[in-house]
Amino acid sequence: MKLHEYQSKFLFADYGIPIPRGKVATSADEARAIAEELGGIVVIKAQVQVGGRGKAGGVKVARDADEAQHHAERILGMNIKGLTVERVLVDPGADIVQEIYLAITNDRGAGKPLIMTSMEGGMDIEELNRERPEAIIREHIDPIMGLKDFQMTYIASAMGMPRAQWRSFGKVLKGLYNCYRASDAELAEINPLAITGDGELLAVDGKVIIDDNALFRQPALTEQRDSSGEPESERQAREAGITYIKLDGQIGCMVNGAGLAMTTMDMTKLYGDADGIGPANFLDIGGGASPEQVAAALRIILSDSNVKCVLFNIFGGITRCDEVAHGILTAYNEVKPSVPMVIRLQGTNAVEGSKIINEARIPNIAGADTLTEAAKRAVAAVKEQG
Amino acid sequence: MSILIDKTARVLVQGITGRQGGFHAKLMMEYGTDVVGGVTPGKGGEWFEGTPVFDTMRMAVETTNADVSLVTVPARFAADAIMEAADAGIKLVICLTEHIPVSDMMKVIAFCRRHGARLIGPNCPGVMTPGQAKVGIIPAMVATAGNVGVVSKSGTLTYEVGFAMKNQGIGISTIVGIGGDPVIGTTFVDVLEMFENDPETEKVALLGEIGGSAEIVAADYIKNAMTKPVAAFIAGRSAPAGKRMGHAGAIVDGGEGSAEEKILALEAAGARVAANPEEIPNLLA
Repeated sequence: MKLHEYQSKFLFADYGIPIPRGKVATSADEARAIAEELGGIVVIKAQVQVGGRGKAGGVKVARDADEAQHHAERILGMNIKGLTVERVLVDPGADIVQEIYLAITNDRGAGKPLIMTSMEGGMDIEELNRERPEAIIREHIDPIMGLKDFQMTYIASAMGMPRAQWRSFGKVLKGLYNCYRASDAELAEINPLAITGDGELLAVDGKVIIDDNALFRQPALTEQRDSSGEPESERQAREAGITYIKLDGQIGCMVNGAGLAMTTMDMTKLYGDADGIGPANFLDIGGGASPEQVAAALRIILSDSNVKCVLFNIFGGITRCDEVAHGILTAYNEVKPSVPMVIRLQGTNAVEGSKIINEARIPNIAGADTLTEAAKRAVAAVKEQG
Repeated sequence: MSILIDKTARVLVQGITGRQGGFHAKLMMEYGTDVVGGVTPGKGGEWFEGTPVFDTMRMAVETTNADVSLVTVPARFAADAIMEAADAGIKLVICLTEHIPVSDMMKVIAFCRRHGARLIGPNCPGVMTPGQAKVGIIPAMVATAGNVGVVSKSGTLTYEVGFAMKNQGIGISTIVGIGGDPVIGTTFVDVLEMFENDPETEKVALLGEIGGSAEIVAADYIKNAMTKPVAAFIAGRSAPAGKRMGHAGAIVDGGEGSAEEKILALEAAGARVAANPEEIPNLLA
């Protein structure tokens, strides 16, 4: 789960990291009032969870309250990469003499938290990593011991942090690590961390991503979820315990297991791409899915009007094919889909499952023994419809 | 021979009185696995299908002399269960549980290393040595004994490939499901190394997916250290960037972890990469 910039920075503040004393506005009038209260130059920043909002015109500097109101009017409601701006952060302008990059993230390969930091902040870290990887200092943290003082000294020294800021940098680093750990973050990033004209450190921009699997013990963070950027169908799926992602193709896919779900998508593209045919979605009904979940999944797939055929690929392990077959029938009777369906059931109770489907005598369905056959049938069914 | 488990494995099931734990413990017994007992705190003294249930792993290991443990407890308790197994002296812990927070797993993996325990998973289907034993949920019907080692990030995709191999008369030495989470106890390279050193494994099938760089590291190992032929499949060619495809680890981010780069790296390392997983048997023939 991603946090907005303002949520991330307010969270940082809870861990003693200095942030600009800005506020969030949902209307231009509010933005004006905040600018008046702050006085002087302010920055109006669109709060959307995509990169490149600056380039899209979502970040503007205002010299006074009038200008702040004017910019906020234009930014609120703006569409940035498909997301509507509903809030702006109004921050006081900062006197920045140096921009630092600082992040803590999970290093999958090492299985440890990793600190990445550079005196060359502000820019895109992936670009810096490609062009000048030596400018980034990397330090792993022992997950059991945590961040140690000697590591903080090493990092400050190795990155070339001016000695005058070592102490305050150490505080920010420790604060960010505590925040990362206590929030179950996958990423806690400050970019830039500014050194201001009077030598203070200030987290000017921030980004936090929380591990979805830890949300059960993060009620305060879970409450901050902004699902406005999430398509309705994906939200419904999440609430039904199904993972669904809408794509652009015509073949709706219902599969058990994430790896096999991707593979099934790949197969429809492998055999359909030449005719412009491909997967309409990723959908994993999970292990041991109930008939109710299968029915919910089918409704979600069919809510996409691009879908011209539904492909079921179930390889039963924990999941029992007879239960899936019951789910398909329940959903069929409720939704009465007009599109053809290709149903392939294999593995645990596959024979029983196929029997249930066959005896129901649903029009417009085809079976398949192998995944290859199933994918080819689904592609052919879409082609027939022109 | 085989890797990790064979018919001599003495297995405890943590969570044996749970719905999933009990169901699969029974299937494991039917397959011939020597399930010597189970652990559920608060249910010590009960019996499950003729095997004893204990309150703690220490008591269970002391009494049964088990050497393998299968963790089937829910995500909130799984990290603790893995550490309990390692603390009790178990050297091979296999964890099926999905949705364990990564921050917990990083600590658990460090803890297991300190105790000399190997962890497989989490969020994996387990390990099966066909004809001898299975620890986990891999259906018995998907494989027969043979000389191909299979290592995979994904459960049902493994069944698919195992089944296709079986239908073409190709048998398997051991199947290892390493799991689809971002941080896991045993990597592709760890398993490839075991297969390379196993005299009964002649060829290897590797099933990967988008996200992370484990397949790239595996390609390096294949290139530099493996003498046995490898066939591979990478799931997620049609996946768009920036979307998490079910597995917590399966996401193409910042131009890294794409199917294309993994396929190129594996091909450059001499592996034969299938565009369709049902073609894996042909690449192994």
